[in-house]
Amino acid sequence: MNVPKHTSSALPVGERLGFVAFVAVSILFAIFFLMPIIWSFANSLKPAAEALANPAALFSKAFSFENYRRLENVGAGWYVYAGNSILIAFGTIVLTVLVSVPAGYGFAKFRFPGQSLIFVVVMATMMIPFQSILTPLFLILKILRLQNNLFGLVLIYVTFQLPFSIFMMRNAFDAVPRALIEAARIDGASQWTILRRIMLPIALPGVATVAMFAFLNSWNEFLAALIFLSDQNKFTLPIMLVNVSSGIYGIIDWGALQAGVTVTMVPCIILFLLLQRYYVRGLTAGAVK
Amino acid sequence: MGSVAKETTARSDDLELNKPEPEGWLGLLFMLPSIAFITGLFIIPLIMTIWMSFHNWPLLGRTKFVGLANYIELLGDSQLWHSLGFTLLYTGLVTAAIMMVAFPLALLVDRPLRLAGVFRTIYFMPVVIGFGAASTLWMWLLNPDSGVFAQILVGNGLVDKAPRPLESFWPALSIVILMVVWKTAGFTMVILLTGLQSIPGDVMEAAKIDGANALTRFRRITLPLMRNSFMLALVLNITSSMLAFDQFFIITQGGPENSTISAVFSIYLASFSSYRLGYGSAMSFALLVVLVAISSIQLTFMRQRPEES
Repeated sequence: MNVPKHTSSALPVGERLGFVAFVAVSILFAIFFLMPIIWSFANSLKPAAEALANPAALFSKAFSFENYRRLENVGAGWYVYAGNSILIAFGTIVLTVLVSVPAGYGFAKFRFPGQSLIFVVVMATMMIPFQSILTPLFLILKILRLQNNLFGLVLIYVTFQLPFSIFMMRNAFDAVPRALIEAARIDGASQWTILRRIMLPIALPGVATVAMFAFLNSWNEFLAALIFLSDQNKFTLPIMLVNVSSGIYGIIDWGALQAGVTVTMVPCIILFLLLQRYYVRGLTAGAVK
Repeated sequence: MGSVAKETTARSDDLELNKPEPEGWLGLLFMLPSIAFITGLFIIPLIMTIWMSFHNWPLLGRTKFVGLANYIELLGDSQLWHSLGFTLLYTGLVTAAIMMVAFPLALLVDRPLRLAGVFRTIYFMPVVIGFGAASTLWMWLLNPDSGVFAQILVGNGLVDKAPRPLESFWPALSIVILMVVWKTAGFTMVILLTGLQSIPGDVMEAAKIDGANALTRFRRITLPLMRNSFMLALVLNITSSMLAFDQFFIITQGGPENSTISAVFSIYLASFSSYRLGYGSAMSFALLVVLVAISSIQLTFMRQRPEES
């Protein structure tokens, strides 16, 4: 399709066969990676009887939202959990950006004694798994009266996001040419104006990457949410899913579960498709590090 | 007054221009919020983990200093050793499985075609889905009553009765590994792809001109030059698999007969199910030491340039 007609017919047979083999193998892999997502989505829109009779079918004659309606009766209702997840994700994004952007600026454009030591300590926290400090965090949140509290969870997610975000923002600010800053300074711009009018626009793609990782990681995080939230009204979507999947009196409502899975995964997929290049930038930044 | 203000700014501009770096200590001010977060919610908890591990620390009631008692108990805790062994087994198998899928994928989509880009996006898609959603999704796929796998297998006459993979150890572990490969192979693919794409084109061309065939080029150029990407992919896969929790908590629920309780799952049970926070801290610290050791060994290998080995 991407190869213009005249070249494709001019290609040697071997190369054309190679292209066909590439497409065939790629499609086989694509089926493996896509089908679970499509099945889940398709079954979330099937009436219960149909889902039970033919779960592998992609289209059903009767199209229905009954699974989503039943999800309203799960605990506090799925929109409460979606609301909690949105609040947590939004809080994590805003705080992570507000805290990591100045820090990245500080690391990129200022020098003072002990600075590199601070940087090494910040980066070293990336090597230490957060799972190993959950027990004391539980106590700290209890002392701060932030246990079973969405804001408490946001504080923890922000901390886990910081090393990566600071690293990203430092690199983003490093890319701003020194001459540009000097020129602005000669024109009488203040430190604050330089940050806001010159640095931030150039560093904006870095901010997008930081925000996207903050969203995905806080939206999908499971273990900390499981430990720190105990009140049914405060659960996030992943915790709701587990509650649905463990069933009531041993009976699992698979239709409602697929509706819940769809509600949880679709925002991530849409965001990824829209902002793919910022995501890959974050990954490759980690890879060259 | 306006002119005075102008003069002072002008003078401070001169000062800043003459200095090699702008006001250094202002940078510390910019970092203070981050330092507060990392100190309060990372470094202090880290020190507390060590401190608590020397105590008998119930959720309510008095804490008591017990010295190394928690660590001694840890050595004799057969369930813990079993879960550590299981975590290592899982890590080895899942890392191998991911590499075996991700490397061919990376080679497959490393083409300057728009179509290859579309497939890259498709293979990567499950990565952005959380482990919670992915695990519950696969629970449904494999359930014997209304699952897709059961329908396909029974419907095509491949088996008589829908399989119940979660009722014995190896099928349960295989299903989890399959789920994790589905969810994370795209991530490793991208890491390996950056390695593949960093190989200079002229090196390949030169080898081609010198008459090296595809296999030789692959063995002598591609593989050695990708060493760092391979090491990075290994570090990331091994450390994240050692910390696996969600998939075993959700899909296998530790069963059958507690055989799939991972290391983090054990910590969760000790700290937040039995509320033995001191013992949980001792386990956490032991796990932390193991993980930091693994990643520092691997990172040392990575620092070496390919030509040194």
